Amino acid sequence: MAESACVHEFATPSSESLDSPRHSALVRITHWITAAAFIGLLYSGIMILIAHPRLYWGETGALGTPSLIDLPIPFMIGHSGWGRYLHFLSAWICVLTGLLYVLSGYRTKHFSKNLLPAKGDLSWSRIWHIVWREVRWKQPSEEEALTYNLVQRLTYLAVVFVLFPLIILSGLAMSPAIASVVPALRSGFGGQQSARTIHFFVAVVLVVFVCVHVAMVCLAGFTRRVRAMITGHSADGRELS
Amino acid sequence: MSDMLSRRKLIKTGIAAAAGASGLGLATLLADRNGLIPPDHSGIYGAGETLTYATQRLLTARHSLAREYNRSDISKIAPVKGEPPENETYRRLADGRFADWRLKIDGLVARPSLFSLAELQRCPSENHVFHQACEEGWSFIAEWTGVRLSYILNLVGVLPQAKYVVFFGFDTNFDAADKRSIRGKWNSIDMVDAWHSQTLLAYGMNGQELPMPHGAPVRLRLPRQLGGKSTKYLSLINVTDTVQDIGKGFGAGGTERGFSWYAGI
Repeated sequence: MAESACVHEFATPSSESLDSPRHSALVRITHWITAAAFIGLLYSGIMILIAHPRLYWGETGALGTPSLIDLPIPFMIGHSGWGRYLHFLSAWICVLTGLLYVLSGYRTKHFSKNLLPAKGDLSWSRIWHIVWREVRWKQPSEEEALTYNLVQRLTYLAVVFVLFPLIILSGLAMSPAIASVVPALRSGFGGQQSARTIHFFVAVVLVVFVCVHVAMVCLAGFTRRVRAMITGHSADGRELS
Repeated sequence: MSDMLSRRKLIKTGIAAAAGASGLGLATLLADRNGLIPPDHSGIYGAGETLTYATQRLLTARHSLAREYNRSDISKIAPVKGEPPENETYRRLADGRFADWRLKIDGLVARPSLFSLAELQRCPSENHVFHQACEEGWSFIAEWTGVRLSYILNLVGVLPQAKYVVFFGFDTNFDAADKRSIRGKWNSIDMVDAWHSQTLLAYGMNGQELPMPHGAPVRLRLPRQLGGKSTKYLSLINVTDTVQDIGKGFGAGGTERGFSWYAGI
């Protein structure tokens, strides 16, 4: 045992796989801060929503006017102010962390190296192949598991560059002060209530993403993957998947 | 070698930390001088609140205007939140159609004054069709008739050290001798909003006199913030350089119950 530990220790620095951790320190730190902020945003978002669980389209909407969707939540809980306090604190943490992630991601070529799909790789049949493999609970090969597959890449890119900007902008479009500075933002979403509705649906898509993401992590080995996202390396130090 | 490296790293980190801390200190000082720190900047949510307020104040610095809608956009339903004040004074004034109502303006002004409803109505009046959203999520568009707050402030002569305008309604329990014990719905705005050209003292709504649940006889209309900031049933306007000595010092009654002071969201 002692010998193997010794060998392992000496083998570590020369092991190519370990020189570059599975996740860089920046990805790990921003991942967990964003995860915490997301929980804060989701919880406070629900608190804000249940004060008026109806969604509208256009500029205005209130009780007595036609709604787009009536969520099956009773109007029992009035608005508690801290919901907005927590929502905005979490939003600032999320946005600043996200900016740090995106800026350093460009600098370190994280996006082009790890997330942008290779040119020849992008095809519907390839996407279908991966989804079908997951549906049949088939584990990817060791080599495949070393990098993100096409579906993972597209999903992460969509979350970072489509869903997050969309939810931030639709949130800002609801602000009367921001709308006075950038009126096109509000009208671009089709009005204040439309922005609120879009904000809700993007949140739903993000929650679905988080659920699938966590489910996949569980399937792939929860402890191992979570440890990799905390320490950067997987459990035994040799196998990266 | 590695020892030196780690020492160098340590020194670098130390310098970076010191620079960061002093940068933050300087930013705080500058923000405070430029009125970018809200009264509710303390506590766990204070940092987020300060960032929101400071950012929006920097963005709205060029006197951004809330959108003015057309009369055809006016909502058929204008919902209200809350009931009119139930105290004797308000009921008596309402029974007399507010003929005896006076709006008092005092504090850091050259000429503390009382205005009757008729006097306010004789001031230059303006009509604005604004969108108004509630904290809860619903919204409506209505036309408001009133006098610019800035016009009244100029009449009474605001002193240069003024930083906030505080609004008290008939649903406020306020004793000027004991400001800490204030209860009810009072609120305050900064001078940026106080001087803003769309900030109105409104006495009319959708072509009629202001309906009672909407804040009769006169309410504030602040189109760049959520509806809850537009104090109803006004009785007293106080110009001040600090809100720290009123109630718990958060600048609004609602803020003591957990609603952030700045509602430009």
